[in-house]
Amino acid sequence: MQPLVLSRYTLTTSLGAGLSDHVRALAGNRSGLAPCGFETVRLDTWTGQVPDAQLVELEPALSLFDCRNNRLALLASRQDGFEAAVADARSRYGAHRIGLFMGTSTSGILQTELAYRHRDAASGALPANFHYAGTHNSYSLAAYMRAHLALAGPAFTVSTACSSSAKVFASAARMVAAGVCDAAVVGGADSLCLTTLYGFGSLELLSHEPCRPFDAQRSGISIGEGAGFALLERAHAALSDDAIVLIGAGESSDAYHMSTPHPEGAGARAAMARALASADIAAADIDYLNLHGTATRSNDAAEERAVYELFGASTPCSSTKGATGHLLGAGGIVEALVCALALREGFMPGSPNTRQLDPAMRVRYLLESAAHAPARAMSNSFGFGGSNCSLIFARAGVCAF
Amino acid sequence: MRVLIRAVGLIGPGLPDWSRSMPVLRGEAAYLPSPVQLASVEALPPAERRRTGPPVRLALSTGLQALAGSGLSASEVVTVFTSSGGDGQVIHAICEALAADQRDVSPTRFHNSVHNAPAGYWGIATRSHAASTSLCAFDWSFAAGLLEACAQASTATQPVLLISYDVPNPPPLQQVRPLHDMLGIALVLGEPGKGKGLARLEVELNPRAQNPTRMGNAELETLRSGNPTGRALPLLEALAAGTAREIALDYLDATLVLRTLAG
Repeated sequence: MQPLVLSRYTLTTSLGAGLSDHVRALAGNRSGLAPCGFETVRLDTWTGQVPDAQLVELEPALSLFDCRNNRLALLASRQDGFEAAVADARSRYGAHRIGLFMGTSTSGILQTELAYRHRDAASGALPANFHYAGTHNSYSLAAYMRAHLALAGPAFTVSTACSSSAKVFASAARMVAAGVCDAAVVGGADSLCLTTLYGFGSLELLSHEPCRPFDAQRSGISIGEGAGFALLERAHAALSDDAIVLIGAGESSDAYHMSTPHPEGAGARAAMARALASADIAAADIDYLNLHGTATRSNDAAEERAVYELFGASTPCSSTKGATGHLLGAGGIVEALVCALALREGFMPGSPNTRQLDPAMRVRYLLESAAHAPARAMSNSFGFGGSNCSLIFARAGVCAF
Repeated sequence: MRVLIRAVGLIGPGLPDWSRSMPVLRGEAAYLPSPVQLASVEALPPAERRRTGPPVRLALSTGLQALAGSGLSASEVVTVFTSSGGDGQVIHAICEALAADQRDVSPTRFHNSVHNAPAGYWGIATRSHAASTSLCAFDWSFAAGLLEACAQASTATQPVLLISYDVPNPPPLQQVRPLHDMLGIALVLGEPGKGKGLARLEVELNPRAQNPTRMGNAELETLRSGNPTGRALPLLEALAAGTAREIALDYLDATLVLRTLAG
């Protein structure tokens, strides 16, 4: 694929707001998970909640978009000079030449959940102040960010469960390659809501302790919330060596089950292989792999099998979900940016909360963060409906443009 | 972007499939809206079939119809699903359960609540490991799906199956998000010059808003404007007529200009 440089990027999770909080937390093996205290939820589980998500206020002109998910997106976009970088790109390309592609799984569904508690007793109608299009609808996040960033190019939301905000990179790359736009803002946001907490609870996939990816005693996921964004432009020879470049993307379908991964990891393996083919590199060229690693029994076993078959036992890999929790539709962008930070800062994140590696795992899994500098990193994101996406990032210094 | 339209799928009120709907779209037969009869998807294993609601059945039936028309197998196409919302019945049932004391969410409903549920069932039904994405752009979801599908068809090596579908919500969601009837439209798109097709299509994104091309028939115009998938009807009218036409498709605050040319 035509490589794209991440000219500016930022993320916000329970580990903090912005890049430097994340470098410190990830290099220091810190976790943002805490016992679930969200809203009125009565579940014995841990979550990665962003404490300030509800505190930010949307601009009054865009108040129809007001919901926890868009507040979290706004909090994230304010960090690291991201909005100024988009404004600069707007002045160079024109607002209509910058695409905006967002990933989310549940968008602002929390507003609908709350509205259902206040239905009219006689008619069953939802309260008059409930605004479906601005909050619950999957497009709400993209509509809000497009208005907030004053962009006027092509836009949509990708909603493929937990691969959503990984797949926006692939869409953006195609749109730029096809000439529909010259640059793109990609990203995603997913925020805590009752649907996912009680939904994963009903599937008996919520851990009662902080999630322990790839651990022998792993017992399910911890749900987190987060948001992240990246400004993508065509890569060129004048980039500095430590610029981060998207060099490959691979997508596949499990064609197996709605909520259980293919037991042999066939779909996961296909996505990784296609990403390598799209980057025109070999598995041995990948120095670090950020796993999907949800800490369910079945996900980690299937993913380990796929990774082992493709990479063998020597490529360092880890899941950072013990640090952030499972960010669902925001997992793709956040873990892509974890790879970007690993490449830029020269470290490999470990796996907080994983105590003892499952002896059945043959891959080189990092329990502690390591001070080894990767040059190319892959990020895996797999979702319900068997939707898989693998992305490959590299330092510009090892790319030939 | 230039693509080849290789086949069409259509299921809507009084529009049972593409071939039987062409005389209506050409104005040669009267348009008689009648309720959509959705068959169950035989390609799904019985246990999975029972778990599917109208949006999944509509999306899969429309997509399979277009695929059959193209002569391609499911593993030969990548898929782009697009819809202005999810499965309203599933969302309604979950939100009702969450508003009750027990908060007893059904696990099947939960996994069916994802926007990409039709894509998941498509994979199970066709056993295809091909790439798939699922998009939403509210009222402009068809235009967004067409852009993504054309970008894929013009940059990838595989044909693309675009499936757009929209199904009305139950109350009280229908009051806050009214959708007119149910409609599914699918297109198989390929590279121009590769294989036989119905028409060539040129797609251009114009940053200015234009008046969208409307349907001459009042009831078809109601379907076009009242169901986001209906925004594709003027394109289908042009394909049924088989003549070169220019169509303005509203997309956000911009316009997708579509030009059809004989295949």
